[in-house]
Amino acid sequence: MARYGLRTLAVVYLLFLLVLPVILIIWRTFAGGLAPFAEALTSPSALHAFQVTVVVAGWAVVANTVFGIGVSLLLTRHSFPGKRLLNAFIDLPMAVSPVVVGLALILVYGRFAPVGGLLESWGFQVIFSTPGMVIATVFVSMPLVVRALVPVLEELGDEQEQAAHTLGASRLQSFLRITLPGIRWALGYGVVLCLARSLGEYGAVAVVSGRLVDQTQTLTLFVEERFQNFDQPAAFAAATALALVAVLTLLLTKLLRPKD
Amino acid sequence: MTTDTARRPLSPPRTPGGEGRPRPRFSTGTATGLGVAVLYLSLIVLIPLAVVVWRSLDQGPGFFWRAVTTPDAWAALTLTVVASAIVALINLVMGTIIAWVLVRDRFPGKAVVDTIIDLPFALPTIVAGLVLLALYGPESPLGVNLAYTRAGVVLALLFVTLPFVIRTVQPVLLELDADVEQAAASLGASPFQIFRRIILPNLVPAMLSGTALAFTRAIAEFGSTVLISGNLPFKTQVAAVNLFSQIESDNTTGAAAISTVLLAVALAALLLLDLLQRWGNRRG
Repeated sequence: MARYGLRTLAVVYLLFLLVLPVILIIWRTFAGGLAPFAEALTSPSALHAFQVTVVVAGWAVVANTVFGIGVSLLLTRHSFPGKRLLNAFIDLPMAVSPVVVGLALILVYGRFAPVGGLLESWGFQVIFSTPGMVIATVFVSMPLVVRALVPVLEELGDEQEQAAHTLGASRLQSFLRITLPGIRWALGYGVVLCLARSLGEYGAVAVVSGRLVDQTQTLTLFVEERFQNFDQPAAFAAATALALVAVLTLLLTKLLRPKD
Repeated sequence: MTTDTARRPLSPPRTPGGEGRPRPRFSTGTATGLGVAVLYLSLIVLIPLAVVVWRSLDQGPGFFWRAVTTPDAWAALTLTVVASAIVALINLVMGTIIAWVLVRDRFPGKAVVDTIIDLPFALPTIVAGLVLLALYGPESPLGVNLAYTRAGVVLALLFVTLPFVIRTVQPVLLELDADVEQAAASLGASPFQIFRRIILPNLVPAMLSGTALAFTRAIAEFGSTVLISGNLPFKTQVAAVNLFSQIESDNTTGAAAISTVLLAVALAALLLLDLLQRWGNRRG
């Protein structure tokens, strides 16, 4: 009896907190058929926001993938003083509020900050422009690839790599032929998580982008701006598109997740 | 391939940074990699965060204190801490129950339920807020309107923190041996006694770790509360939103002060989490 009670409680809780809200918004978006959905997403503003999102998330994923592979190799294959500290710093972005991230970057790279002012005098604008949005996105999604790779690299061990070295393989060869094939699923898992987080980032990007419509507006900023301007169909359509990407991410991570 | 490697002259095992020499404690390859990683981390994360803390304190502790205790900032910080504590408690109970059902119960569709638990991690926070507003806003088909209320804030925080307790308790519950429970039952223990004396003590470290993670996330949350809370100062404005409006009005020092408080609370929660995990490891 208790079993049915708990099961019902769990299912009802998830239904009302998670399932019904998401289904309702998808249903409302498609209530008028596919045409209004397509129309709302192909307006010039929406297309521009989509393009900005892809550029920012693309660069952030590339940066975090390179950094993630490098740092996880450092953490698992090398010994150096301060390793625990580096390990702790990698997780720091997870605990920082996205708005704090935005403020922190403005205080360093803004027009009136020393570093930002210097870069600006060289004609390189960071804040209220794409580089700042990329840095903000890199910040918030930094730990994801590292955390996906470290356990797998530890599990694999370095015996095969050592063997390759003794047989005369260069470090690049042993990385490409031995390490990379060993971590490819975990890497895929980390990259998918990082991409999802980058596409969906809102708070940090809202601060550093200046929220300039048709200039620095990403899809998540588009959702908010359209909703505040009482353009519900466009807000719902973009939200549904992002929700569908999230569901796709979920299925992909389910496939890629390391089985234990 | 075997013949090829066999013909190759045997060279001494190479260690990065030196051939033949005894492996140094700290090779040049490691040093270069470490240097690049630390520089990258510093430019993006460490220096900006340090500047925030420095900026909040450089005009003296009195200024810091006044910036944090302005009526609207103080109201926002209090609401954030109280709402996050409520959310953490609900997560502690509901997360454990859901983890229990996912591990010990069997019903059709369980795999689907298990998959959708992670949806709040994948869904952009602004979409989470919009989605909740659709069901619990002015146009609610259920007739429940939580828009612009504190209950709406709690609801948004519950949504984004849902997976933490479930995902920390679930693996521990999977590892738990059912034999001990059966032995207790055969000796006449009631289900409640079994839960209290055998299951609960094993789960407590994981439950508390998940709760600490949920609390940290709730303290920092911004996107999901923006739409549903309406950002009414003194009523529904959480700390991150108050911070956002201070940045928009160029009150940098005030914004830095609130940021420092948020960072301090998050670090304290993470420290507690680390202690909890060590405690759990020692017991396990």
